Amino acid sequence: MARNGAFSRRRASEGADWFDLCQANVEEAHVLAVDDSLVDRKVIERLLKISSFKVTAVDSGLRALQFLGLDGEKSHVDFHSLKVDLIITDYCMPGMTGYELLKRIKGSSALREIPVVVMSSENVVARIDRCLEEGAEDFIVKPVKLSDVRRLKDYMARGCQPDSGGKNHQKRKQLHGSATSSWSPLPSVSSSRSRSRSQSPLVDTPAAPCSPSSLESPTRRLRMTS
Amino acid sequence: MDVVQLKRQLIAFTELLFGEGFLDEQFNQLQQLQDENNPNFVAEVATLFFEDSERILNELANNLDKQSVDFKKVDAHVHQLKGSSSSIGAQRVQRVCIIFRNFCNERNVEGCLKCLQQLKHEYALVKSKLEALFSLEQQILAAGGSPSI
Repeated sequence: MARNGAFSRRRASEGADWFDLCQANVEEAHVLAVDDSLVDRKVIERLLKISSFKVTAVDSGLRALQFLGLDGEKSHVDFHSLKVDLIITDYCMPGMTGYELLKRIKGSSALREIPVVVMSSENVVARIDRCLEEGAEDFIVKPVKLSDVRRLKDYMARGCQPDSGGKNHQKRKQLHGSATSSWSPLPSVSSSRSRSRSQSPLVDTPAAPCSPSSLESPTRRLRMTS
Repeated sequence: MDVVQLKRQLIAFTELLFGEGFLDEQFNQLQQLQDENNPNFVAEVATLFFEDSERILNELANNLDKQSVDFKKVDAHVHQLKGSSSSIGAQRVQRVCIIFRNFCNERNVEGCLKCLQQLKHEYALVKSKLEALFSLEQQILAAGGSPSI
């Protein structure tokens, strides 16, 4: 395989350059994108392709599981020929949410090693924490930008890096910095503040399908960011 | 009109759309994803957005017309529209969606109906602006120029 060949060549000459190795592998990486919105699927597909990923885009958690060979039914497709290197999923989807999909993937011995990134238009600490706790690598606030997708390469390169412990904790602190720390299920009045990515206007309160459950109440967790 | 004039028009028009809040930074992001290999990417996304929005606006009208309004359903539709308008950078549409969701949460039918009217209005506006923008780009292409600023 090219991967091993490259490694031994480098080792022989200048010593293993981890970063370069990982970059080379990542260029052929296959991402499974899951989003029920047609507009978002088109955008994420293009974002990924322009960043040199191979992409398969599906419209539901169920279809994602089918593609991954985890729906209990025998798929005629050989799973190994469709190796998925990263899964990026929307949080709010009808039927199976991105969070439920994440749990299913992390609960499967065959799939739990695949890094999963969650996207959501709602920038809420409790939601971010739930996802990270369940094993998500990152949480991207929509709308997704090119810089967000470029970051994805880090999660695939992780397999090459010697130490990946402690990253989850750092990631959590990073994400808390820009997220809201209180979540109120009561109706809030919309302000006329402009919506920017660095702020987190908590002006919309979804009634469904991703309505806040008791798990997302502010008393559950209140973390101080450093 | 020659290419130089057309391009000036395009720049001015684009600035106007951003200045008046019809479009936001996300639209710029989408334009960055367009190249020689995908020359119609933004227009394609816009087409999907138009189809999606029209479907949702119809659903909203139907749902709000009922004796007993299912606010969860209404909210779900508005949530969808909020998402797609955000993804294309249609800022004014997105903002109305946010207000709309608050009314859903309060189970305020009148507020919802007002928002629906406003949504239809903002949607029609951004649709016509985007179509004018794409038309200008086509004219530049036809005149032998390249629309990328």
